[in-house]
Amino acid sequence: MSTLVTLFVILPLATAFLIPVIGRVINGFQRTITALIFLFLSILSVYILINVNPHIYTYKIGGWEPVNGIPIAIYFVLDGLSTFMLVVINLIGAFAALYSIPYIKRFTAENNYYALLCLMVGGMNGVVLTGDLFNLYVFLEIAVIASYALVAFGVEREELEASFKYQILGGIASILILFGIGMLYWNTKSLNIADVSDILKNTENNKAYLVFTQVFLITGFGLKAALFPFHAWLPDAHSSAPAPVSTMLSGVLIKVVGIYSITRLFFNMFEISVEVSTIIIVLGVISMVFGVFLAVGQWDIKRLLAYHSNSQMGYVIIGLGMGMLILANNGSKPVAALSIFGGLFHLINHAVFKGLLFLNAGAIEFKTGTRNLKEMGGLSESMPLTYSTSLGASLAISGIPPFNGFFSKLIIILAAIKGHFYLLAFLAVLVSIITLASFMKFQKFSFFNKANLSPGRKINEVPFFMCFSMVALAILCLGLSLLIFPGVREIIIDPAVDVLMNTGSYFSAIME
Amino acid sequence: MKGMSIIVKKVTQLVSGLMFLYGIYIITHGHLTPGGGFAGGAILAGSFILLVLAFGSDLLKLKKREEGSSVVESLAIFAFLILGVMALFIGTHVFFKNYLPAGTVGNLISAGVIPLYNIFVGIEVGAALFTIFLALAIFKEEVLE
Repeated sequence: MSTLVTLFVILPLATAFLIPVIGRVINGFQRTITALIFLFLSILSVYILINVNPHIYTYKIGGWEPVNGIPIAIYFVLDGLSTFMLVVINLIGAFAALYSIPYIKRFTAENNYYALLCLMVGGMNGVVLTGDLFNLYVFLEIAVIASYALVAFGVEREELEASFKYQILGGIASILILFGIGMLYWNTKSLNIADVSDILKNTENNKAYLVFTQVFLITGFGLKAALFPFHAWLPDAHSSAPAPVSTMLSGVLIKVVGIYSITRLFFNMFEISVEVSTIIIVLGVISMVFGVFLAVGQWDIKRLLAYHSNSQMGYVIIGLGMGMLILANNGSKPVAALSIFGGLFHLINHAVFKGLLFLNAGAIEFKTGTRNLKEMGGLSESMPLTYSTSLGASLAISGIPPFNGFFSKLIIILAAIKGHFYLLAFLAVLVSIITLASFMKFQKFSFFNKANLSPGRKINEVPFFMCFSMVALAILCLGLSLLIFPGVREIIIDPAVDVLMNTGSYFSAIME
Repeated sequence: MKGMSIIVKKVTQLVSGLMFLYGIYIITHGHLTPGGGFAGGAILAGSFILLVLAFGSDLLKLKKREEGSSVVESLAIFAFLILGVMALFIGTHVFFKNYLPAGTVGNLISAGVIPLYNIFVGIEVGAALFTIFLALAIFKEEVLE
C-alpha cells in the first residue's frame, strides 16, 4: 500500500521525461499517455480515499530511519487532507488532459505542452504529499515554474507579458517562502514539519522571530494563492493561458501551493494563534469582496472568471480562518469543525465548477475566436452542450440550490452565524448575489443575445473529448452536492477536517 | 553565427578538451570531494558552449544540435528516475534506497548508487545548459538577424 504513494510523484515525472523522447518518434503518444496516466492516478486517489482513509501513512524516502528520535529521511505523509487534495488535483488534471487532446492541436510544440503539464501535476502531488519543509519548496517550484512556461504557451505579446508579471511576483513569493523556511531551519535545526512543530511547542522561543517568520510565510503563500493585496498577477496569467491550463491554474494550482500550504503550516506546524487567524480572515474577506466587484465590470470572459477565482478563494479562506480563530479562542469545537468543513467543501466545489467554466470559455474561444462578450451572442443554439454545462456551472458558482456551490456557501454562512461573525455572513451573502449578477451577464451576452459574430462564420459544437470533459465536470457539479449528506461526508471530507481540528495529531501520528 | 579569429580557435581547441576532462573529474568524484553532478555538468556544458562560440555555426547545424542535446537531457533525467525506482524492486523495496554495497570510504567506487546518480545529474545539467544556450543562439539567428 505505502509504495503506491510514491507513484503519485514517479508516474507524472516519468511521463514528463519520456514525452520529449518518444513523442518525437510516435505521433499521438504524448496525448494518450498523459490522459491515461492522469486517469489512473485519479482512480488510485479515489481508491485510497475510500479504502484507507482514517490512517496516516508515512513513507521514509531512502529508508533512513530516525536517529535518536531525529528524523533524517524526507517523509511522505498521506493523511486525510493530503488524500483529499490528491483527488482534487488528479481528477481535474485528468479532465484537463482529455480536453487538451483536440484543443492543443492548434498549437505547435505539443510535446512541450504535455511534458510541462505532467511536471506541474507531479510537482503539485509532491507538495501535497511531502512532510518536509524544503521538499515542499522544491516541489512547489517544480509546479510553479512549469506553470510560468504554460502561461506563456501562446507566445503572443499578451501571453508573454502575463507570464513575465507572473514570474516576477512568483519569484518574489518564492524568495519570501525560502527565507521563511531558512529562518525556521536556523532556529529549530530541523526541516521535518512534524519535528518542527514539536520543537516550537517544547522550547522557549523568541516570539518576535516567530512572528517575523509567519509574516514571511503568509506573504509568500498569499502571493501564490493570489489573496487580495497580492492578486495582481492572477487575472492576466489565468486569462492568457490556454483553456486547460487556466483550468489547472485556477482550479488546482492556487489551492495547492497557496491554500493547502497555508493550512498545513499554520494548523499543523505553528501553534494556532488569534493574530494569524485574524490576518487570514481579513485577507479572505478583502479578496472575496473586492474580487467580485472587479469581476462585474469585465467584458473578457476569462478575465471575469479569473477575478471570480479570486473572490471564491476568499470563501475558502474565510471558512478555514474562522475555524482557526474559533479553535484559537477555545470556542465550540462543532462550530469550528463545521466552518473548516465548509471551507474544504467549497475548495473542491470551486475546483470543479471553475474548472468547468474555464473549459466552457475555452470552447467558446475555440469556435468563435474571441473572448470579448460584446462580440459573441446567440451561441445557445449552435453549441447546446457548452451552453447547458456552462449554465450548470454558473448556477453552481452563484449558489443556486441543487448545485454544489449552494451547499458549501450555506455551510460557511451557517458557521459564520453560529460563530457570531455576523458581518462575515452578511458579506458572504452579498458577494454571492453579485456573483449571480455577473454570471447572468455572462450567460446573456454569450448564449442569448442576438448573434454579433462576423457573418459567414459557421459555429457548431466542439469535438468529442472537449464535450466529454465538460459534461463529466457538469455531472460532478451536481454530484458533489451529495457531500452534504453525513454518510458521504464522513468518508470524503471528515478525515481531512479531523487532521485540521486535532492540530497536535499530525505530530503524534508521524513521530510515534 | 560567425566564428572568431584563428588565435581564439586554437586556444579553444586546446582548452575545451581539458575543461571536458575536468568536468568529468568533478562529476565522478562528487561523493568524495566538493562539487558533484551539478557543478561538473555546468563545466561540461561550458566546454561545448566555448566550442560553438569560437567556431560559429549555421542555423541548421544549431537546430540539429539542440534536438540532440534535448533528447540526451530527457534520457539522462529519466535514467536518474529509473535508478530511484529500481530501489522499489531490490532489497527492502523503498523508493531511493541506496541498494548497492557501500564499499570503503575514500575509494572512487564506493557510496553505492550515489556516483551513478552524480553521473546522470552531470549529463542532465550539461545537456540542459547547452540546450538553453543553443535555444538562445537559435533565437538570435532567427529573429534578430
